[in-house]
Amino acid sequence: MSALHIAIIVPFLLALIVPLLYNKIPKVHTGWFVLILPTILFAYLISFIPTLSAGEVVVRKLAWVPSLGINFDIHLDGLSLLFGLLITGIGALVVLYSIFYLTKKGEALHNFYFYLLMFMGAMLGVVLSGNLMVMYVFWELTSLSSSLLIGYWHHREKSRYGAQKSMLITVTGGFAMLAGFALLYVMTGTFTITEIITQADVVAASNLFIPAMLLILMGAFTKSAQFPFHIWLPDAMEAPTPVSAYLHSATMVKMGIYLVARLSPVFSGAPEWFWIVSGVGLFTLLWGSFNAVRQTDLKSILAYSTISQLGMLMSMLGVGSAAAYYGYEAGYTAATVAAIFHLINHSTFKGSLFMVAGIIDHETGTRDIRKLGGLMTFMPITFTISIIGAFSMAGIYPFNGFLSKEMFLDTMLNATEIADFNMQTFGILFPVVAWVASVFTFIYCMILVFKPFTGKYQPEKLDKKPHEAPIGMLIPPIILASLVVLFGFFPNILSDSIIEPAVQAIYPASLTGVENFDIHISAWHGIDYSPLHMTIGIIIIGTLMYLTLSKWQKVYQYLRLHQKDPVNYVYDFLLEKLVVVAAKITNIQITGLLRDYFVYMYVFLLGLTFYTMYRFDAFAIDTTNVAPIPLYVWFVVAVVAAAVIAVPFINNRVVAIISVGFVGFLVSLFYVLFRAPDLALTQLLVETVTTALFLLCFYHLPELRKENFKPSFKWVNVIISVGVGALVTVMALSALSFGNKKPFESISQYYIDNAHDLGGGDNIVNVILVDFRGLDTMLEILVLGIAALGVVTLIKLRMSGKEDV
Amino acid sequence: MEILIVVLIGVLFSVATYLILTKSLFRVVLGTVLISHGAHLLILTMGGLGGESAPLLGEDASSYTDPLPQALILTAIVISFGMTALLLVMTYRTYKVHQTDDLDKLRGRSDE
Repeated sequence: MSALHIAIIVPFLLALIVPLLYNKIPKVHTGWFVLILPTILFAYLISFIPTLSAGEVVVRKLAWVPSLGINFDIHLDGLSLLFGLLITGIGALVVLYSIFYLTKKGEALHNFYFYLLMFMGAMLGVVLSGNLMVMYVFWELTSLSSSLLIGYWHHREKSRYGAQKSMLITVTGGFAMLAGFALLYVMTGTFTITEIITQADVVAASNLFIPAMLLILMGAFTKSAQFPFHIWLPDAMEAPTPVSAYLHSATMVKMGIYLVARLSPVFSGAPEWFWIVSGVGLFTLLWGSFNAVRQTDLKSILAYSTISQLGMLMSMLGVGSAAAYYGYEAGYTAATVAAIFHLINHSTFKGSLFMVAGIIDHETGTRDIRKLGGLMTFMPITFTISIIGAFSMAGIYPFNGFLSKEMFLDTMLNATEIADFNMQTFGILFPVVAWVASVFTFIYCMILVFKPFTGKYQPEKLDKKPHEAPIGMLIPPIILASLVVLFGFFPNILSDSIIEPAVQAIYPASLTGVENFDIHISAWHGIDYSPLHMTIGIIIIGTLMYLTLSKWQKVYQYLRLHQKDPVNYVYDFLLEKLVVVAAKITNIQITGLLRDYFVYMYVFLLGLTFYTMYRFDAFAIDTTNVAPIPLYVWFVVAVVAAAVIAVPFINNRVVAIISVGFVGFLVSLFYVLFRAPDLALTQLLVETVTTALFLLCFYHLPELRKENFKPSFKWVNVIISVGVGALVTVMALSALSFGNKKPFESISQYYIDNAHDLGGGDNIVNVILVDFRGLDTMLEILVLGIAALGVVTLIKLRMSGKEDV
Repeated sequence: MEILIVVLIGVLFSVATYLILTKSLFRVVLGTVLISHGAHLLILTMGGLGGESAPLLGEDASSYTDPLPQALILTAIVISFGMTALLLVMTYRTYKVHQTDDLDKLRGRSDE
């Protein structure tokens, strides 16, 4: 076990101690103890940067279930490191923020930090795992802890709804992903990611390529809130704001992005991958940005904006996969670079914006933009942070969002030049959709900044008198906002250390052979640079549309989008119908009537057996080896049959008892005829006792009435009964004739030969019962004893004062 | 002879099945009694009905009937007897408690 393994496990261990700290040291906010860990982990992960910049990959092996190829292997490359730094870095800031956000009184802090640490460990596990199965385990742990965090205020109904929804959707996707991993294993024979990548050509040639790809993408799309699985994310906003900032903007929702990037070397180059990833990404981008504009809750705007930005990242990865098809030409590889750069930028500005929303909520008591206004004078620092974050998201110079948006538009313009994948026909959609979505992005960013902070101050609508947040709550967003500005002015400080190893991790082949693959993000490309013109267009059109917002916002009502996302109707409908239909099926099937269950069983038995016999042509009658029938046997058989057939028609209990008893006595006569004296004796005794027992109970037994079934029931009963009789007869006859065809020696000759010498008795049946097969007899005695105890208990035992059952 | 007995066993199974499918608990118990008769006879028949003598070595016959099915049936008779007794008492008890043996009415509680 290496230090990296311990880094993954430590959060879980600390999570175990958290409740103890909470109880034993109530004076100190538990968050302070938690804060230490992500800080240390962040510093520890930073120490790997020099190694990875040199192009090395850190691998640590640890056997877990080696026989199944499931090992807790660590594979730390540029991509993992980038995510690891995001998780620990933003984790530390979020913990610091939460210390001031959640008060010591009235909050179940031990629960909160327990879940949060569990989440952190799981996330580190996902990004550092080199083995798909281990990755899946951690992946599901993130779903679980995320649900727990969404439902943190579990007394609220909306929280529970959101938690359930996110759980159902992400776990469904996770399960599909597991199936996809299993298919990858079938194709390559290994779960180790690096080994799968080396066999990418095997995967590409396989029939299972498309199913595996779709299943794995299903996992990625549900986790990363891509259309139509995005609906859980807005409902996840019921979580405490630090959780929203951490999980639902910066880290967990990027797991899908991570998965797509991680498995790009395996799947990219295929047109299906290109179209699904970039198509879904672009549509999500448009849908998210379009819907964000109509929201009135700050966190809902941010949720849809996250959806939209995730779609943007996804589409860039999709276009980047064209690079693999064209042998890693620099023009297309740039799309991947843009994706990685925007990933970092998004984490910084979105994290800070969520924290700002939390501050506004915390200091005014509401997040509804219709109630907020004119907060600029009360909260100047928050306002500044929010301007930096929102302008960066909108793509305005000089913040980092500007650079990544330029790269994004450039990517989309380049995509039109792809000559394959039908891009001649549909390629023009890429820049158009990107541009329209960017306009909407611009509009909601403006709403985010100007609605709460400018305009009219409405104190009567607010519960509290607004004031600036405590300094501890401001530090994390200030740090993030500083990073936004820093990356905006000096975009290249990350390119060698982080972005280049990450791109190399996604497309290992892209950098081999290229001597100076030097990623250089340039802020200024000259006046003729077409993305710049697009950006100017976005700003102009966006500003005009923002100013005329009230006029055209009615369009949402015409489109019937003003209440909830239409996909939610589908989800709610399905969930409701699932319960209703399941209840219906249960009510039809589970009637509570013994007869019905027997009908199911008999129908199945008859169908299965007759079909099997028909299928293998097993009907046969063979008259060889059949003993001759003496005349008196005909007579006895006729009498027994008559007595048996009479039983259902008898409506008198004494007659019924006697008739059944009569059958029993005649059966013992059969035993006499077939030379079985012991059987005859036993049957005679047992039948006598049974009949006596029936007659003893006689007075207490219910009166027999005529059966009055529905006519349809009656006929079903008759058909089934005749069918069962026929089945037994046909099977017995077939068995007899097949036994004649392939006769084998019975073991009974052994008993006959040895009963005297070994068993010391001449009655072979009795010797078998007590000597050769004595165990049966012992257990049979036990059965009889238990039955006797049961009888006694049933008669004697009465629950005093309780229900008598 | 085997064929005739097998047909009789079929009749036993048919009637027993019909009784098990009825609504009266008492008839269901009678059905189980008949079905065990059918099963016992089936075991005996499938072991073969030939053989000259009962499986008693003192008879000194040239061939004996198969002793093993007989041992098996003996065990089965005793077990089915125990079962019948228990079922009968359960019917009795059900009738005492619920005042009915109509399975249509014995369908769980209304508040379930």
